[in-house]
Amino acid sequence: MIEFKKVKKSYIEGNKALRGISMQIEDGEFCFLVGPSGSGKSTIIKLITGELKPTSGSVHVNGYSLERIRKREIPYLRRTVGVVFQDFRLIDNMTVYENVAFAMRVVGARTQEIRDRVPYVLDLVGLETKSRRHPGELSGGEQQRLAIARALVNNPSTIIADEPTGNLDPARSMEIMTLLQEINNLGTTMLVVTHEQNLVEHFSNRVITIEDGLITSDRMDGHYVYEDQ
Amino acid sequence: MKINNIGYLLKEGVRGIFLHGFMSFAAVVVTVACLLIVGSFSILVYNVNILVDRLDKTNEVMAYIDEGLSVAEAKQVQTRINLLDNVYKAEFKTREQALEEFVADHEGDSAFSGVQAEDLRHRVVVTLEDNALMEQTVKELYEIEGVVNITASYALAEGFSTLQNVLQIASMVIIAVLLLVSLLIISNTVKMAMYDRKDEIAIMKMVGATNGFIRLPFVVQGFLLGMLGAGLAFGLEWLLYDFLVARIAELDTLRMFQFVPFQQLLVPMVCTFGAAGLFVGVVGSWTSIRKFMNASAK
Repeated sequence: MIEFKKVKKSYIEGNKALRGISMQIEDGEFCFLVGPSGSGKSTIIKLITGELKPTSGSVHVNGYSLERIRKREIPYLRRTVGVVFQDFRLIDNMTVYENVAFAMRVVGARTQEIRDRVPYVLDLVGLETKSRRHPGELSGGEQQRLAIARALVNNPSTIIADEPTGNLDPARSMEIMTLLQEINNLGTTMLVVTHEQNLVEHFSNRVITIEDGLITSDRMDGHYVYEDQ
Repeated sequence: MKINNIGYLLKEGVRGIFLHGFMSFAAVVVTVACLLIVGSFSILVYNVNILVDRLDKTNEVMAYIDEGLSVAEAKQVQTRINLLDNVYKAEFKTREQALEEFVADHEGDSAFSGVQAEDLRHRVVVTLEDNALMEQTVKELYEIEGVVNITASYALAEGFSTLQNVLQIASMVIIAVLLLVSLLIISNTVKMAMYDRKDEIAIMKMVGATNGFIRLPFVVQGFLLGMLGAGLAFGLEWLLYDFLVARIAELDTLRMFQFVPFQQLLVPMVCTFGAAGLFVGVVGSWTSIRKFMNASAK
């Protein structure tokens, strides 16, 4: 579960990124986060992953209180939150299989666990036949699916996708969003930051709109309130 | 640390070395050069210390015994002198033995003809453990009943002591500077490997790798570079030392310098080179990865 209570975040330069946000995303929920650039979406993601601490208010993510989390606990928080980025962030000199296995290896998984789990996850995202390819040999959609596989492989309870379709054409965007919906159907909490109105409205999930550091709308009917300029 | 991670860490450490092959080569070469100089200086200081100690033992204090005492009584004074803490050896000489040595030393010198044993005193030739404490020991000798006069060469004792101190300080400074140079070079090599893999590090952090797990491959890399440098330097030092000692032994003019064989220095040298390699490798990599992790955490 993700819970924000009266969260404010100011940067050292005096910029107020969040000006008192409260929201709760239940386990297993699928939620879109929309809003213009600079509205505070990235700050929310950084607060959830423990990259930032709130200036005031409280943030709870999967049992961790982030306003008082210890530095050494942050890696364990991150194992409960898979992150997918617009620019994929894959390791080019590793194969598809190695990219996913790497994420398991660095959290200390056993070799046998890796051998069992990686093919399963690659199958889930439809890349089982491309496990020996390198990221450079994949299409944009495939690269994003690989990034999703990597975020998924350590079995996190939550996945955060930051503009996951920002670099993809409409058909590939629909594929990726469908994949995220399927993963959510298996029980993973999903928070997707996006600008794509047609996708948001197509999937009819909860939509939280944020503008100028404040939540201006929180609707359960998939209605996209914010009009992109 | 799980056992199944050790193979991974070693593999990553070795990969880091080859990622910047030339820089790793430069780091090993600089480490070898620095440790070779450090080792040579240490051995030189060790040998000079032995030499100075030997020369030091020839710097004797002469304690003259009251002429009113019999030989047996004078020998009791020698026993009391032997009990002093800083006395390495106290050798008793009768006035007759002293005369023999005196005559032998001044053979053919007519000015000293006619000197009788009765003109001289029984004496105790004292060799000290530590000549730096000569002044204190001479005071203690004066307090012993039966000792009427003492001759001691403070200047010579001070000279040896100063020479040893200067050598020790100079060697410590040189060792510290060269270790620092090796440390910086290894630190820089590891830093380059880290910048090369900053994307990987960011992904590792993102998926929940602990800082310790992220650091370890780089520490392993530094350790391997340091130990490789230390091993090569040790081998070269051995060859160089044996070669130089053999050459010096051939020269008559340098007979007074007797160097200990390298085999006798094996254990201390292995420990010194091993510790130095470990220090520059591990500390060098640890400092750079710490800085990098702190910077990337902001």
